[in-house]
Amino acid sequence: MKCQKCDKPATFHITELTDGNPQELHLCEEHARQYLSQSSASQLESGNVAAVLAQQMAQHMAVGQTAEELARLDRQVCPVCGISFYDFRSQGRLGCPHDYRCFEQQLNALILNIHGETEHIGKVPKSGAQASKQRTQLIQLRREMKEAITEENYERAGQLRDTIQRIEQGDDPSKTPD
Amino acid sequence: MTRNPGQWLQGSGPESDIVISSRIRLARNLADFPFVGQASEADHQRIEEVLKNAVLGIEDTSRLLYIEVEDLASVDRQFLVERHLISREHAESQGIRAVAIDGGERFSIMINEEDHLRIQVMRSGLSLDETWEEINRIDDHIESNVTYAFHEKLGYLTACPTNVGTGMRVSVMLHLPALVLTRQIDKVFRSLQKISLAVRGLYGEGSQAMGDFYQISNQITLGRSEADLIQQVHDIVPVIIDYERQARDFLIKESHENLHDRVSRAYGILRTAQTISSEETMHLLSSVRMGVNLGLISDLEIPVLNELFLQTQPAHLQKLTGVELEESDRNIERARYLRRHLHGHAKGNELETN
Repeated sequence: MKCQKCDKPATFHITELTDGNPQELHLCEEHARQYLSQSSASQLESGNVAAVLAQQMAQHMAVGQTAEELARLDRQVCPVCGISFYDFRSQGRLGCPHDYRCFEQQLNALILNIHGETEHIGKVPKSGAQASKQRTQLIQLRREMKEAITEENYERAGQLRDTIQRIEQGDDPSKTPD
Repeated sequence: MTRNPGQWLQGSGPESDIVISSRIRLARNLADFPFVGQASEADHQRIEEVLKNAVLGIEDTSRLLYIEVEDLASVDRQFLVERHLISREHAESQGIRAVAIDGGERFSIMINEEDHLRIQVMRSGLSLDETWEEINRIDDHIESNVTYAFHEKLGYLTACPTNVGTGMRVSVMLHLPALVLTRQIDKVFRSLQKISLAVRGLYGEGSQAMGDFYQISNQITLGRSEADLIQQVHDIVPVIIDYERQARDFLIKESHENLHDRVSRAYGILRTAQTISSEETMHLLSSVRMGVNLGLISDLEIPVLNELFLQTQPAHLQKLTGVELEESDRNIERARYLRRHLHGHAKGNELETN
């Protein structure tokens, strides 16, 4: 496939999401860079930094991926909080801490693009907090409880609430504030 | 609280003619809850309970104001936004959410904003090291009571990947009227963007640069230590201050009459207008503030002006008046307030001159 702007081969396939309508662009590296920096610059001049970030997010994620791959990645769902990667792409907000593991592949490229780095340097919690299985399980139980309430299955919701309380109380008692 | 603005507005501290305030915020989330956007109402309530307990231990409780944002009237929410104690999002969103503010308005902690916890500490003038020490202390304290979502490689986990890592935003608010007037401000912004610093208006993301106030902050939060991020902002601020001073010198030397005229007219309008919008007030106060700093106006002081910037904003004005006002009535009330305060200072007495 040729670049839409010149005769070089198109190596970047950008899916632009404007008002929810995907539009595909096929560009060579040079024109892709030009395109990405232009659209950011125009937004930056309007002072809307949040919009720029959201846009860059959508773009960088799409760079180098075919529409098919993109659709497959979009359908992936976090088993803990239940959001799909598409949900994240459209809202710009993740659903739970576990998303960073579940969508690692998609997020790594995005994070590298935003920050230019992929590893944290700096403050670390003194307690050396790690995502324990139990905490992740709690998030999942909370989601199931939310779903049970939505479905008006109050018996199930009650059971889930009891399970959550049991885990909360057993979970590192020094850290439970009540 | 209405009558006494926070410490950060007192107009003291290093370089306070140009640097209004220093501020640092940390974004934190609990490890065992979904992020705010995905959490259920019951989760929001539980998050609020857990964090309220953790937050109340920071200070002597009598000095801490704890507010459930949902219970506030809209004018009071707006008031807190004008005070920079909560974000516009926090004021306008829905669901159980809160803010804890210390008596001196030196810090505020939002619960259930975009992240479970948004801690912010502010100081007058350029004072980032002290600001960091304070926020680090608060963060340590809260962390001793809860477990934060933390990833061995990515650091503190946040609802938006733009904040992941340190979760820290360091920002310095600057008053840059001469760079605006000499049309150099865009050039400055472009060069800041090249080194990944963001420029925002008075009320953060997407807000207009009202009154020539700009916030300079770090864009990147991952892969650089807190100390490095602070240093970068700390290093760039004197450079911008220097540009602003050069632009002021240029205006004084090259178009002294024009500048003096502009400042005097602004002062004149503020002292005589019968109805005036918030935008026009900010715009004119900005000229007057620069005039005071350059010695073109001698009967006004910076702290008085800093306070006028705040008290003439819509919610503040309504709180001072004690009643809710329509926009047209606010404009009349604002003009009255300005006349009263500026004449009082100009004549060295408290004469009412309506």
